[in-house]
Amino acid sequence: MSDIKEETLQSEPGAWHRVCELAALPEQAGRSAWLEGRVLALFRLGEHVYALDGVDPLAGVAVLGRGLVGDAGGEPVVASPLYKQRYALMDGRCLDDPALSVACWPVRLEGSEVWVQLG
Amino acid sequence: MTDKEQQWVAEDGMDLLGRQNSGSADTADKQRLLVVGNGMVGHHFVEQLVAAGGLSRFEVTVFGAEPDPAYDRVHLSEVFGGKAPQALRMADPAWYEESGITLRLGAEVEVLDRAARTLTLANGEQFPYDRLVLATGSVPFVPPIPGHQREGCFVYRTLGDLAAIRDACAQARSGVVIGGGLLGLEAANALRLLGLKTQVVEFAPRLMPVQLDESGGAVLRDKIQALGVEVLVEKATECIEQGEQARHRLRFKDGTHIETDVLLFSAGIRPADTLARQSGLEVGERGGICIDDGCHSSDPAILAIGECALWQGRIFGLVAPGYQMARAAVASLCGGETRFIGADMSTKLKLMGVDVGSIGDAHANTAGAQELLLLDRVNGIYKKLVTDGEGNRLLGAILVGDGADYERLLQYYQNGVALPQPPLSLLVGEVGAAPAPLVLPDSAILCSCHNVSKGDVVAAVRAGNHELAAVKSCTKAGTGCGGCSNLLKQVVDQTLADLGVEADKGLCEHFAYGRQELYHLARVGELKSFEALRDKHGQGLGCDICKSTVASILASLWNEHVLEKPHRALQDTNDAFLANLQKDGTYSVVPRIPGGEITPEGLITIGEVARKYGLYTKITGGQRIDLFGARVDQLPAIWGELVAAGFETGQAYGKSVRTVKSCVGSTWCRYGVQDSMTLTQTLEHRYKGLRAPHKLKFAVSGCTRECAEAQSKDIGVIATERGWNLYVCGNGGMRPRHADLFATDLDEQTLIRYIDRLLMFYVRTGDRLQRTSVWMENMEGGLDYLKSVIIEDRLGIGAELEAMMEGIVGTWQCEWKSTLADPDKLKLFEAFVNRPEDETPPRREERGQWVPDIAIKEVV
Repeated sequence: MSDIKEETLQSEPGAWHRVCELAALPEQAGRSAWLEGRVLALFRLGEHVYALDGVDPLAGVAVLGRGLVGDAGGEPVVASPLYKQRYALMDGRCLDDPALSVACWPVRLEGSEVWVQLG
Repeated sequence: MTDKEQQWVAEDGMDLLGRQNSGSADTADKQRLLVVGNGMVGHHFVEQLVAAGGLSRFEVTVFGAEPDPAYDRVHLSEVFGGKAPQALRMADPAWYEESGITLRLGAEVEVLDRAARTLTLANGEQFPYDRLVLATGSVPFVPPIPGHQREGCFVYRTLGDLAAIRDACAQARSGVVIGGGLLGLEAANALRLLGLKTQVVEFAPRLMPVQLDESGGAVLRDKIQALGVEVLVEKATECIEQGEQARHRLRFKDGTHIETDVLLFSAGIRPADTLARQSGLEVGERGGICIDDGCHSSDPAILAIGECALWQGRIFGLVAPGYQMARAAVASLCGGETRFIGADMSTKLKLMGVDVGSIGDAHANTAGAQELLLLDRVNGIYKKLVTDGEGNRLLGAILVGDGADYERLLQYYQNGVALPQPPLSLLVGEVGAAPAPLVLPDSAILCSCHNVSKGDVVAAVRAGNHELAAVKSCTKAGTGCGGCSNLLKQVVDQTLADLGVEADKGLCEHFAYGRQELYHLARVGELKSFEALRDKHGQGLGCDICKSTVASILASLWNEHVLEKPHRALQDTNDAFLANLQKDGTYSVVPRIPGGEITPEGLITIGEVARKYGLYTKITGGQRIDLFGARVDQLPAIWGELVAAGFETGQAYGKSVRTVKSCVGSTWCRYGVQDSMTLTQTLEHRYKGLRAPHKLKFAVSGCTRECAEAQSKDIGVIATERGWNLYVCGNGGMRPRHADLFATDLDEQTLIRYIDRLLMFYVRTGDRLQRTSVWMENMEGGLDYLKSVIIEDRLGIGAELEAMMEGIVGTWQCEWKSTLADPDKLKLFEAFVNRPEDETPPRREERGQWVPDIAIKEVV
């Protein structure tokens, strides 16, 4: 974990963090990432990367990064591997239960690197 | 209640200012609500009160005069048809207890003191109340005919009455029911079922005079007499006296008489309003506690519901209006908009197997009403429609002998749906033009007992309740009087068909094809990736449904490793990590142990691995060992040790062949007739890894004692003296089904040929997540058709299916062994993209092993 901290510009809220190389993320799929003591779920659709909080809000365990990625009516979503609720990659809201949502973090690509802003 | 306590009751009679006598802190600010009556309506009231959160305001005590908790009085006569009285039970005393409601059964309330606000039981116990609900129901009316109190005369209303009647009938040969109304005919049926020569005596010129007209009554009478029940109409009983041939003699005003051993009175009901009368509540001239739309009596602290209540001068002797009153009373007590605004008295019932229905203005009393009649005395059918003068709207109807149209007509009536033209087409059915399909608005009430609309039912079906039983339990529709059952089924079927059109045509929004079609498209087009299939035959990015389905199809067809680059992003998490996801995000691991046969060395290895990685171990139902609690990043190391010791993947994670369960067979067993262990090894190694629409389970038993439970498996084999019997398409699980005997006394070669063909046929034609049982049941021709395809090779595809199976058997690989040899695949098991290792989730010890210690929210 120490090497991650070195790459962190600042640790206060709103700071941008380098997470990984774009090439390390599989296409049309999810991958968990470790950042500042949190588990994030990163999803790559082509050159676009989305970052959600990795913890399934229903089960309280970090599995969203292992969910299947797809779209619902054209909107990109991930289905939680535990109980299959779908969460929108764009804003983290749950499509199957309006009471559920997960945090969603801004992502930007700098060259070949993926950066995430933790709010 | 003491005088002192009385002072604490507020002046307006509604609220309690303060209480010190109840003792318990959380009940101190609650009002005392007493409910008198635990019949269908009284129980429904309590259920609705609980559902409305009323227990936070009220401390509830319920008094039932009968010894039994609420039961389904509507279907009372079914007890004589063989139904257990317990099966009629609606209320579970345990539910009352769990809900914190005191239920006093066998407790007759004798005195209502409105000034003191107390109830007194027959045994002298006294209960104070703040609010009181009277749901006392009705009592049978016994006409004051001289001799009516003779022994052997009964009424027909309670389980207790039934028991008494049953006892009396044991020594009796004949029975008479006085009263040819709805309940009287029910009672007559009960006597008939008890083996008595039964007669019905009706004062009016026809049966069911309230609901039926002359022709309807005549048809009903024909039908009932054909069943051996004699019907006497226009008979006024003058007196009941000692009989000569039987116990009683009934003398009629016209000078005739009949004799009978058992006599039942069913001459109508009277509201049970004694408590109300005695305490000075306003009651109707002919009985009934007067209530307003909110079910308040003349004393605002007291409400009345059900058959004891009189609303706008009317008594409602049916269960549905009673339930509506119960809901209105709950709204009055807890806040809410529901009011009782009268109710439709349409009824449908089956009397001795004869359908009888009466809707709305059955007697055409409305000004300008017209009648359309169908009278078929040959088949015993009478139908009458009452329409407005133009024949556009249905005002009422009578149906005797054929009630199939009842729900449909009721909907026309209740919702004012325009009638098809000519309306006669509704009566003649198939003979004339088929009536236009009835399209109901979503707001149409299907079940008036529980106030369930068509929209509610459609929503329940769409939410995944595809079985009628599930829809009933989730909406409660059809669980009251049951009169709406047919219509409910129609709506469920129609909704399923609506969904099915989509489901049949398409797997999901990305493919307009079902699994079978996609399998065919991939096979014929030699499409070997999801993208290729989607680009050619689908749209969008895909989703968890189509991706995992296509992954399974591709695996069945081409048998490439599921973690090869083009396939890995399609796999559901179990296939993606070649392990089974558990609720805390860790996985479980199952090495293959065919037939449960394992060496001591193998057991030691598994034990050592489990100990080293802190895994919880459990023997599975498939005779294997499951190791729980492995983190994703630990899986390769765990499998490295298992593979090194000679284990291979058990594929417990796949929708694929799981295990072949076995008994020890003739090698050891004194009774075994064949070597089931060797056959098990052959079968498991042959079919292991085959991916299918759903998981597949096998078993082999070495003799007919069937210790391996082969008849509960998709493929079951049972040894005979001459070979093997093959059973197919059984399963355990949610909807257990015994396997069907498919072929007998097979040699091993034929057995394997049949299994090859059957499995590949299933893989080709099964739907997504459809087990073999449902697959076969949905096949036109079912088992016989399947036999003709597999055994007789009716479609001429036997050789092709066998060749495909050979291809899969020949390309088998242990998915873990090849994963361990591929650094690219191993990368997938690093916990994070930027950190290889994860932390073990919280654990606690239970019975000597580690288990998850994590606050898991309930899944709703």
